[in-house]
Amino acid sequence: MGFEQIIFYIFSFWFVVSSLAMIFSRNAAKAVLFLVLAFFSAASIWILLEAEFLAIILILVYVGAVMVLFLFVIKMLNIDKSTIKARFTGYLPLRLIVAIIIIAEMSLVLGSNQFGLDVFSVPARHSEGYSNITVLAMQFYTIYVYPFELAAVLLLIAIIAAITLVHRNDNTSRKKQSISEQVNVQAKDRVRLVSIILPDKKEK
Amino acid sequence: MELWQTFVKMVHALVPWLDGTVAIILIIFIKAMALLIPLMLVVAYFTYAERKVIGYMQLRIGPNRVGPKGWLQPIADALKLMTKEIIFPTKANIYLFLLAPVLAIAPAIAVWAVIPFDEGIYITNLDISLLYVLAIGSIGVYGIILAGWASNSKYPLLGALRSAALLVSYEIVIGFALVTVVMIAGSVNLNTIVQAQQGGIIYWYFIPLFPIMIIFFISSLVETNRAPFDVVEGESEIVGGTHVEYSGMTFAVFFLAEYANMILMAVLSVIMFFGGWHSPFEAIPYLESVFSWIPGIIWLLVKTTFFMFLYLWIRATFPRFRYDQIMRLSWKVFLPITIIWIFVVALMTQLQLSPWF
Repeated sequence: MGFEQIIFYIFSFWFVVSSLAMIFSRNAAKAVLFLVLAFFSAASIWILLEAEFLAIILILVYVGAVMVLFLFVIKMLNIDKSTIKARFTGYLPLRLIVAIIIIAEMSLVLGSNQFGLDVFSVPARHSEGYSNITVLAMQFYTIYVYPFELAAVLLLIAIIAAITLVHRNDNTSRKKQSISEQVNVQAKDRVRLVSIILPDKKEK
Repeated sequence: MELWQTFVKMVHALVPWLDGTVAIILIIFIKAMALLIPLMLVVAYFTYAERKVIGYMQLRIGPNRVGPKGWLQPIADALKLMTKEIIFPTKANIYLFLLAPVLAIAPAIAVWAVIPFDEGIYITNLDISLLYVLAIGSIGVYGIILAGWASNSKYPLLGALRSAALLVSYEIVIGFALVTVVMIAGSVNLNTIVQAQQGGIIYWYFIPLFPIMIIFFISSLVETNRAPFDVVEGESEIVGGTHVEYSGMTFAVFFLAEYANMILMAVLSVIMFFGGWHSPFEAIPYLESVFSWIPGIIWLLVKTTFFMFLYLWIRATFPRFRYDQIMRLSWKVFLPITIIWIFVVALMTQLQLSPWF
């Protein structure tokens, strides 16, 4: 067994274990952390497949940003475990049906009859000078340039829409800080020097 | 480099088991140690330098009791922290409580794997090393979030909430700032970025990317939770932030991570904007030959030391920012400037502006 195979089995093992632990974990924060571990294992396996750009993007986007926001939300939640348990049995039949349908669909689409070795050949090893990111960029900015840019515009629209939804433009009803006013403040605006005529000491 | 090749062959000859797998692991281990031990020493003496520099800036002497001129102070501090008791808060989540410092230090050290110190001196020459730095660097925030959440305490949670939002916002700024560097260098490989700055001080990227350089440096202060942006600790506001419940070695690990990150950010500034291992006297007729005997790694370390000093200088100079002002700085000032500068750099590329393109 070569070095690469040992690494592959280590990361595959952790991928499966952490995915299962994520599902069966009772603590939401721990579930998020197991999901992070699963992402890491997946990224490591992708690196073994010479898809290092995708692997790094997986970590950068999902682990570095999305999962941080997940943890952020979980910290804010006040999770009451008893209500979750009460709901669990109520919806159980419906959930089982949905789960079975999803598992059946995924095994039909992603099974070995679709992605087996007789359908797809073993990916070829590239030489040492092969640059994954250059090849991807050549595809993105030549053949797929319009879909790529459309996706970018779609994301921009989503950002603007989200900002518009939460933006309130009424300046009258809420208190607002004007930073430029605060920065340009002068000493004479804040402190008023008043000359007080002291009573003569001799009068005491 | 030839010396290294013979060393690798020697290890392979000495440890021939399992198709050389053990030898590969051993070589990786030796490489990691060759980086880690000097790094930890620099971190230890950086804390000493910080206390000394800030001491002199405030007209004090700083630590001067342990060893000659206080030289053994960091060793004494390390011993003290190691022998102290680690206190676990009741009802804290103990696994996550102990995992948090590990998640803080592991990325801070793992990032060093791709840093090029000289022509051909690195742990690994990753083709996407800049993205690797960003990706692994973004994991450091887990240490803070988990420390705040697992402590089951008021102030750590507040500190973690503040800094998590801050770190995520400033990662966007740093990402956009580095896009301009990538646009000029035409590569996300740190080695190639440094090689592209060859040919004298005029070729270094701080000239065409001057505003980006300033933004990157200020953002790196935020990313490393340094004054004047140290809202995660904010002694005068939230006691000690995420570190409140940590004691002994668990606290020391957070401390090590912060300083390792600071040195990393200083090295990154040098690599991105100040020519990496290149000498500042390149292409200057007389001085080039005078200084040609100095190896590139010395130049890198000298420039890095300057940026490390800047961190200390800034800490001694500026008062802490208010939280909403830091957020405003990120979203309303830095982000628009970086996006505008991306267009400026695109224009420079189209105009073939010499000498950078």
